[in-house]
Amino acid sequence: MNSIFSGTRLRDMIRSIRACKTAAEERGVVRKECADIRASINENDPHDRHRNLAKLMFIHMLGYPTHFGQMECLKLIASPGFPEKRIGYLGLMLLLDERQEVLMLVTNSLKQDLNHTNQYVVGLALCALGNICSAEMARDLAPEVERLIQFRDPNIRKKAALCSTRIVRKVPDLAENFINAASSLLKEKHHGVLITGVQLCYELCTINDEALEYFRKKCTEGLIKTLRDITNSAYQPEYDVAGITDPFLHIRLLKLLRVLGHGDADASDLMTDILAQVATKTESNKNAGNAVLYECVETIMAIEDTSSLRVLAINILGRFLSNRDNNIRYVALNMLMKAIAFDDQAVQRHRVTILECVKDPDASIRKRALELVSLLVNENNVKQLTKELIDYLEISDEDFKEDLSAKICSIVEKFSPEKIWYIDQMLKVLSEAGKFVKDDVWHALIVVISNASELHGYTVRALYKAVLTYSEQETLVRVAIWCIGEYGDLLVNNVGMLGIEDPITVTESDAVDVVEDAITRHNSDMTTKAMALVALLKLSSRFPSISERIKDIIVKQKGSLLLEMQQRAIEFNSIVDRHKNIRSSLVERMPVLDEATFNVRRAGSLPASVSTMAKPSVSIPNGVAAAPLVDLLDLGSDDIMAAPSSSGADFLQDLLGVDLGSSSAQSGATPGPKAGADLLMDILSIGTPSPAQNNTSSIDLLSTAGINNNPSNALDTLSSPAPPHIATTASAGGMFDLLDGLSPSPSKEATNGPAYPPIVAYESSTLKIEFTFSKPSGNPQETNVQATFINLSPNTFTDFIFQAAVPKFLQLHLDPASSNTLPASGNITQNLRVTNSQHGKKSLVMRMRIGYKLNGKDVLEEGQINNFPRGL
Amino acid sequence: MGIRFILMVNKQGQTRLAQYYEWLTLEERRALEGEIVRKCLARNDQQIRFELMFEFLCSYAGVLAGWLALNEQCSFVEHRNYKIVYRRYASLFFMVGVDDDENELAILEFIHLLVETMDKHFGNVCELDIMFHLEKAHFMLEEMVMNGCIVETSKANILSPIQLMDKAH
Repeated sequence: MNSIFSGTRLRDMIRSIRACKTAAEERGVVRKECADIRASINENDPHDRHRNLAKLMFIHMLGYPTHFGQMECLKLIASPGFPEKRIGYLGLMLLLDERQEVLMLVTNSLKQDLNHTNQYVVGLALCALGNICSAEMARDLAPEVERLIQFRDPNIRKKAALCSTRIVRKVPDLAENFINAASSLLKEKHHGVLITGVQLCYELCTINDEALEYFRKKCTEGLIKTLRDITNSAYQPEYDVAGITDPFLHIRLLKLLRVLGHGDADASDLMTDILAQVATKTESNKNAGNAVLYECVETIMAIEDTSSLRVLAINILGRFLSNRDNNIRYVALNMLMKAIAFDDQAVQRHRVTILECVKDPDASIRKRALELVSLLVNENNVKQLTKELIDYLEISDEDFKEDLSAKICSIVEKFSPEKIWYIDQMLKVLSEAGKFVKDDVWHALIVVISNASELHGYTVRALYKAVLTYSEQETLVRVAIWCIGEYGDLLVNNVGMLGIEDPITVTESDAVDVVEDAITRHNSDMTTKAMALVALLKLSSRFPSISERIKDIIVKQKGSLLLEMQQRAIEFNSIVDRHKNIRSSLVERMPVLDEATFNVRRAGSLPASVSTMAKPSVSIPNGVAAAPLVDLLDLGSDDIMAAPSSSGADFLQDLLGVDLGSSSAQSGATPGPKAGADLLMDILSIGTPSPAQNNTSSIDLLSTAGINNNPSNALDTLSSPAPPHIATTASAGGMFDLLDGLSPSPSKEATNGPAYPPIVAYESSTLKIEFTFSKPSGNPQETNVQATFINLSPNTFTDFIFQAAVPKFLQLHLDPASSNTLPASGNITQNLRVTNSQHGKKSLVMRMRIGYKLNGKDVLEEGQINNFPRGL
Repeated sequence: MGIRFILMVNKQGQTRLAQYYEWLTLEERRALEGEIVRKCLARNDQQIRFELMFEFLCSYAGVLAGWLALNEQCSFVEHRNYKIVYRRYASLFFMVGVDDDENELAILEFIHLLVETMDKHFGNVCELDIMFHLEKAHFMLEEMVMNGCIVETSKANILSPIQLMDKAH
């Protein structure tokens, strides 16, 4: 019987794997075994199959690929003996999955085995089918399973019931066929059949409304009786767990009652008594009892209003919360989150205990409690709760600080009663956990500060004090240097002193010290350093008396290893040196940042409207959700340098387009040098609401010099008419090149080349697609296409997806669509970028496919677009 | 569905049994097991340190220590979009991944039932029993859980087909 390839016994293989000391050694053993098994499979000796598969299962468990054994499973399943079948089915469940083609081959064997005379074989087949069946198999084999639900042996009935839950989940259409069979299972006495029958009913209720109605009408009373029987039943050793008869069945029954009672007052009414009985009579000193109580509380909260029961439920949760067992406390916190929805007051009573849980040594409990606290916060208790949380922030574990600070920030933002309180709390968070705070949080803080003009002085002084103590908190430093740069004069002159403040004396050089410290500290990152550099430029104008010192600091950065820093240092230096007359207007205070626009961007959900474009409110899909403010506040962060014309620039552009419109009046024009003064003014958009307002370079200068273009070089060229000067600047690109390199605006396109007419790319009875085109300058091969999808039908399309394919000579890049839901007669947009490598020779062509759900049904539309304008 | 997977892992973090009720690729499984095991074992390390401290305290404080309740870490860990309910028996961790709306306490009870059942069959079950009788352990599990749902809660009913097979051999 043993051939030469028979290899080792299973036991020996496990021993040798166990003996391995390193992972490499284990891999060696497994590789050798796999080779043996392959050889043995090729031998095709039926005696080895059983052992081979047992070995493969072990190897699979260790996490090695075992696909080559799949056919062996099928062979074993097809063999007549029970032991072979048994291991074959086990292998099938472990090694195969419903997505594999091989599985189709097994359908026939399964069918035969479901009709086998030996009930154990039937059981095996049911079990396998229940674990892995696919939709097709479910359709093919549903009649057999339906029949087996009425089989004489309860062990088969229970398996058939669970197998049916899988079938109806895979093919919801089949649900109706199982309703009657399922309701008959509920009358059984055998616990296994009952528990699986209840599970089947639960499944049917969740996928089919008719089934829900049917069970509600016909079975509610029966189920209540069953629950009462097992609750009151005498001691049954086989099912007893700590004095409770079959807690698992209890829980299943309560779950099903929850579905039946939810949204139906009559059914809820029926079950009130039994729920009250379970809630009061169940022993709560053992885990099993608590599990039942927990489920009962959940059911009470889900069914229709019976207030006396709810009081009972809340009391149970209160008891859970003060339990010493952490598991019980965990589930209590979990459940209180649901309880808030209907009885906020009752949960508020436990606030102190819940706050204690936030400080628990157990991470799981802390996390739950923190979630719960954030739900408990309202306008009345926000100050007290925030104080508690911030106090705890100081002493909490490092790894918890991130979650905690994020929660505090969101609470503070949402409920802050006044701006000064918000700023205070954020300062505390930044001081304690500044390195864990996400970018959008401190961006938001800056926006708020910028808007609170009466608090500028207070804020900058508070930040100055904080940063002296907590200089290692990166985000705190960033906010502080931004504010010092903007409001440095308020800091030094103690302007806008509030009554609560202690007066401090800060000299101009103290303020510069802080910024210098940030820029020279070795572990400051690029963003911080760049912000510090801008702050210095601004301070050089605010503090004329020490502008020499500032200039020295800037000059030192000329040697920076970071290219961006080096370049900016050179530019800023030349501003300080040579352009004293325009410097003060260049480094004016930032216009007030628009809170509403920022919030919209931050949410990242709404399309941004470009107010400065020629066509009013052309919406562009918000492909890069995080980008907008990063551009505005982050200076030259890496991603922007890598993609100067990325969509981030667009956002920046329109964000500032909005701002500038309102602030241009207060900026006040300073006459520049005569030559090109108009242009300069355009760039700075001082006082002129001209089309150049939408030009990004103005923002660069005013705020952060973020984008890898060179506006101040442009300035140099403009202000000093001598041509040699151009040659000396770092990147002597002409002014117009620089401008052209920026994101396209309609006014410029007109001069760049032909405009392309929009086309209707596709039209059916329900859907219309329009394409509009634009060319980024500098690359004739590239075309930006904005696709607008218009719903012509009276129904909403959901899960809308647009796919496109192009021939090899084209390259296609799809941005995310503005939404995946297309409301009736509404539209959504999506941007495409097509690069034509055969530009001029071949024109664009595209195949597309649109999929969406209409009234829950999948719809697929396809088409080819040949009518692109020529020359794209 | 309820139960997504059942894992048995030893103290060193080696998987000893893995049963999934949803399809994951091999790579996903390895990654998942690695993450979960790391998380749970790390929690347990804290626990063990605490226990040692506790024993130390007991040896000095004597009777008084009897008053102190051992503040055990809870048995639930949230991971990605599901919860892991785990329990340690001697050198073996039993970990069950469940959906968010599953009753955690009941799963804990289920783990205990699983261990009791294995105990009854193997007699004081240990890691090696499961390693060397992997298929038997799977057969038991098969009788208890199907498609992520509990099928049978009576130990006698669970074990009878397995004992029947043993006799036939």
